[in-house]
Amino acid sequence: MKHIIEPLDFSLEETQRLLDLADDIAANRQKYTKICDGKKLATLFYEPSTRTRLSFEAAMLNMGGSILGFSSAESSSTAKGESVADTIRMISCYADICAMRHPKEGAPYVASCHASIPIINAGDGGHQHPTQTFTDMMTIRAKKQRIHNLTIGLCGDLKFGRTVHSLIKSLARYEGIRFVLISPYELRVPNYIIEEVLQQQNIPYTQAERLEEVIDQLDILYMTRVQKERFFNEEDYIRLKDSYILDAEKMKLARDDMYVLHPLPRVNEIATEVDNDPRAAYFEQAQNGVYVRMALILLLLGLAPDEQRKEIGIC
Amino acid sequence: MLNIDSLNEGVVIDHIQAGSSMDIYKYLHLDQLNCSVAIIKNAKSGKFGKKDIIKIDGDIDLDLDVLGFIDHNITINIIKNGCITEKKNLTLPKEVKNVIKCKNPRCITSVEEVDHIFRLSSQEKHLYRCIYCEQEFKGFRK
Repeated sequence: MKHIIEPLDFSLEETQRLLDLADDIAANRQKYTKICDGKKLATLFYEPSTRTRLSFEAAMLNMGGSILGFSSAESSSTAKGESVADTIRMISCYADICAMRHPKEGAPYVASCHASIPIINAGDGGHQHPTQTFTDMMTIRAKKQRIHNLTIGLCGDLKFGRTVHSLIKSLARYEGIRFVLISPYELRVPNYIIEEVLQQQNIPYTQAERLEEVIDQLDILYMTRVQKERFFNEEDYIRLKDSYILDAEKMKLARDDMYVLHPLPRVNEIATEVDNDPRAAYFEQAQNGVYVRMALILLLLGLAPDEQRKEIGIC
Repeated sequence: MLNIDSLNEGVVIDHIQAGSSMDIYKYLHLDQLNCSVAIIKNAKSGKFGKKDIIKIDGDIDLDLDVLGFIDHNITINIIKNGCITEKKNLTLPKEVKNVIKCKNPRCITSVEEVDHIFRLSSQEKHLYRCIYCEQEFKGFRK
């Protein structure tokens, strides 16, 4: 039984199979409407998350399955002091697969050690958010027709942004990837990512403080929100939250085939005037999130159609 | 020169980085032993200038993983009948369980009763990471 706690739990081949399956679901939704008939997804969300939870639930409902779960720790047995280990043992009796979001880092991993059903990490604190990373990769591949030989710009909160760390680690496995890391000094990518991922694997990267100075180099611009909940004090948050805002003026400097991604929700880091730019891919990205989660549920439940399970070579 | 009786049967933990002997005393739970334990701090060392030494007057099983984790340059001398019968050199263990606790307040280990497990992440930097949240621990050796 496989769990997905971080994106690298899937090999390159498995990731490609996932993305191929997600593409097939996007192109042939009708084919998958009953494929999870009789299966149940438990969504255990110990902290609020509208987007990810609804995306998981929509994914299961789209495939004819059903859902159960809770959307805050207060409405679960956690309020009575139940451990994650005990909760997941109990949920394993009720559901076939589980998506878990938890404010504590490593909680889904603990769950996976005690579960008899596949666990999908739906976000654990500032740590990992694998389905977001798979969604990002699907969108990059859809827009650029490849995941290799790309210059990826990451902009905003690169220190606390879990989606950024996961994306760097995942894309670093592909050939010809170059990163441009754009952030204020205080929110730079942590040293361990630089040293243990980029430098160790000889991945070219540059660090910049001003988006407009590097935007013309990029194939993909990945914007991130400066999240209040990742800061230990409000003063730092207020000082840094508006540091990097993408607007129509900056978009004029970008290539015609550069695409803008964002894990959403945004606050003001992308001006709404950018939404109508054909290079804005973040709403398509949100749609892709449902397809990727559908594909992941199918793969983990062993329900993926046979033609999608064959081994495919990686470029 | 401080004079400590030589051992007839026991263990000498040698080449401890000067100042680290109390860490080892604590993490090996030597306070729970009934036999004599001598801690020699800042002894002269040809190799390091100065070093700490711990002498344990009794045959005990040492957790070599814990010792390697704390300081893999340590040498273990097993003494029997007044002679060194075995010398053990240490390596960095791949994993340590319940030796140190994760200091990340956002880690699940701060609220859930689970084993505190760290895995070796970088041999060169003596770097360990919590298996739950990936918080780093850079080791004891300064």
